[in-house]
Amino acid sequence: MKIIACIKQVPDSEAKVRAEGGQVSWGDAPLVINPFDEYAVEGALQQREANSGSTVTALCIGPESAKEALKHALAMGADEAVLVSDPALNELDTAGAARILAAAIQKIGADMVVFGRQTLDNGAGLTPAQTARVLGWPMLGLAGSIKVQDGSVVVDRVIEEGRQTVSATLPALISVVQSIGEPRYPSFMGIRKASKANIPVWSLSDLGIAAPAPVVKRTALMNPPVRETAVEIISGETPTDIADKLVDKILAEKVL
Amino acid sequence: MKTLVYIDHFKGEIQPASWEALGLAKSLGTASAVIFGSGVDAIAKAAFEHGADDVFVADDATLTDYRAEPYAATLSALVSAHASSPLSASPDLILFPTTARTRELAAMSAVDLNTGVLTDVSGLEAEGDQLIATRPIYEGKVLEKSVCTGKPILATVRPRAFPKPEADASKSGTATKVEVKSDALTNVEGYSASESAVNLGDAGVIVSGGRGVSNNPSLQAPVGMDDKQAELWRAQQGFALVTELAQVLGGAVGASRAAVDAGYIPYSHQVGQTGKVVTPDLYIACGISGAIQHLVGMRNAKVIVAINKDADAPIFKQARYGVVGDLFQILPALTEAFKKKVGR
Ligand SMILES: Cc1cc2nc3c(=O)[nH]c(=O)nc-3n(C[C@H](O)[C@H](O)[C@H](O)COP(=O)(O)OP(=O)(O)OC[C@H]3O[C@@H](n4cnc5c(N)ncnc54)[C@H](O)[C@@H]3O)c2cc1C
Ligand SMILES: Nc1ncnc2c1ncn2[C@@H]1O[C@H](COP(=O)(O)O)[C@@H](O)[C@H]1O
Repeated sequence: MKIIACIKQVPDSEAKVRAEGGQVSWGDAPLVINPFDEYAVEGALQQREANSGSTVTALCIGPESAKEALKHALAMGADEAVLVSDPALNELDTAGAARILAAAIQKIGADMVVFGRQTLDNGAGLTPAQTARVLGWPMLGLAGSIKVQDGSVVVDRVIEEGRQTVSATLPALISVVQSIGEPRYPSFMGIRKASKANIPVWSLSDLGIAAPAPVVKRTALMNPPVRETAVEIISGETPTDIADKLVDKILAEKVL
Repeated sequence: MKTLVYIDHFKGEIQPASWEALGLAKSLGTASAVIFGSGVDAIAKAAFEHGADDVFVADDATLTDYRAEPYAATLSALVSAHASSPLSASPDLILFPTTARTRELAAMSAVDLNTGVLTDVSGLEAEGDQLIATRPIYEGKVLEKSVCTGKPILATVRPRAFPKPEADASKSGTATKVEVKSDALTNVEGYSASESAVNLGDAGVIVSGGRGVSNNPSLQAPVGMDDKQAELWRAQQGFALVTELAQVLGGAVGASRAAVDAGYIPYSHQVGQTGKVVTPDLYIACGISGAIQHLVGMRNAKVIVAINKDADAPIFKQARYGVVGDLFQILPALTEAFKKKVGR
């Protein structure tokens, strides 16, 4: 089975991100693989192990520096990586990303493509379903487990209301959530292999498509209002005493 | 402005944010509701009562369970201006409540209609002939204003960001049937409800537990349990206190990832970066340290209360009120005090 994991590079979740001069700034915080996409790589690797003769290719659209995120996927155990990079891609919305990913997926060839739930930066959570729609493939969203059998794939979909078991025939596109399992740490061998890897970079002309025009556009950036966060510590002689005071404070806030 | 509002439901249980979207649509102009499923008459009736000018339903056995492909195909066909569509004109805007289902549905319909989606919108203002959406990016560390230049504009609204219109039982109407597109690519084989119903997105009050809920050395686990079993047993006692307070306040139970990872409570309760982003009026964090990945999920709550043994825990930097103490002592007292003062 040929498996592709789609990953993006984003600022680390610990980064202090701010709007500054009309740009998003994250200081000198490192860029890392999108945390949700580590689960995508983990899910893809689990499927490679469960289905002998399978390979995992990590796929990313991004600048040259995004090779570092792909190297993380290689170090985790992915067999190959492909970066799609093109100077024409400075303004990309999720629908555009979906068109490019679909073209790259077709060029690589795949039976299963695994996505993360959403990106940390844009956070739209749209790209998986949009890519599935462009490909005309079934979409199995928010999978907490994946099982392949006789050309079909069954997932446990984790939604607020519970768990749903959903199946489709391959090829299929899957997005995964945290329940898929903790992403494995890069192994020593993996890190060595990744550091030597020669990651091919495809331009839009390699994919035979033009830069998609974005329909969703940012017009302004703002920092959220700073809240007055001075905490008032409630203390007292006994837990009952503390609880009484705290309840009065909460009732005075009129939030109940 | 003409808006179509998608009423999201799961097995007939309506997502309340659907009505918030409907209220927003009414404030912008005319609002039609659209409902998919089978046997959805009660939902259509509720849509009229909540102010829909008209209601469109695709009611068919093939739509019983939500599935992205047939739902998207049905919506896209309804909206595309063609002779057979019962819509007199195509809408300017399609609004959805933000849920797991609507992210997929809106995403796919936007591809079909060659337009875009503004997700998780917390503000939407008309400016000239443009609609400007406010939405969180970078986990809410930054806000952006964005526009969609395609037509119609698709937007999913964040739960609890817009006022919910009151239902008026005297309002009624006749729903219009919509052609069903049953091009399914997936099969729903089964369903198991979560052990406890969690609707964190819509909850006005959330009481959350973290790793601290298992930390009560004075609780003596039954004999014969190994360390892990004893920890889970203690966590059960801790979450029982959390749940009791949540029930008294009519709220939902949340959790930190450490509590979920340790197996104290299912993932559907998790608040934070890899869980749910919530905006209740009151958030009570019990035995949660306040890691940034947890904070991004709850820091927009109106009032945050933290109960933690450690006076230096970062959660206190985010909280309005704090109690430095043992949750096993404070929570029962708090539940009693609320019962007494709120009479619940
Ligand atoms: C990529 C990524 C994504 C993540 N996503 C999430 C997410 O979605 N949600 C999330 O929550 N975390 C997330 N995390 C994990 C996060 O970094 C923290 O590890 C986690 O939030 C810690 O949970 P905690 O506060 O319950 O546990 P701890 O940090 O262990 O804190 C326990 C707290 O309980 C207090 N305590 C102990 N006993 C008692 C007692 N008896 N009474 C009162 N207080 C007591 C302690 O003082 C301590 O402050 C993520 C991490 C990463 C790297
Ligand atoms: N530039 C990209 N390159 C590869 N995959 C991506 C890219 N952007 C988004 N994805 C995938 O799509 C998912 C959802 O992204 P988003 O719709 O932006 O929230 C991510 O978790 C990734 O799996």
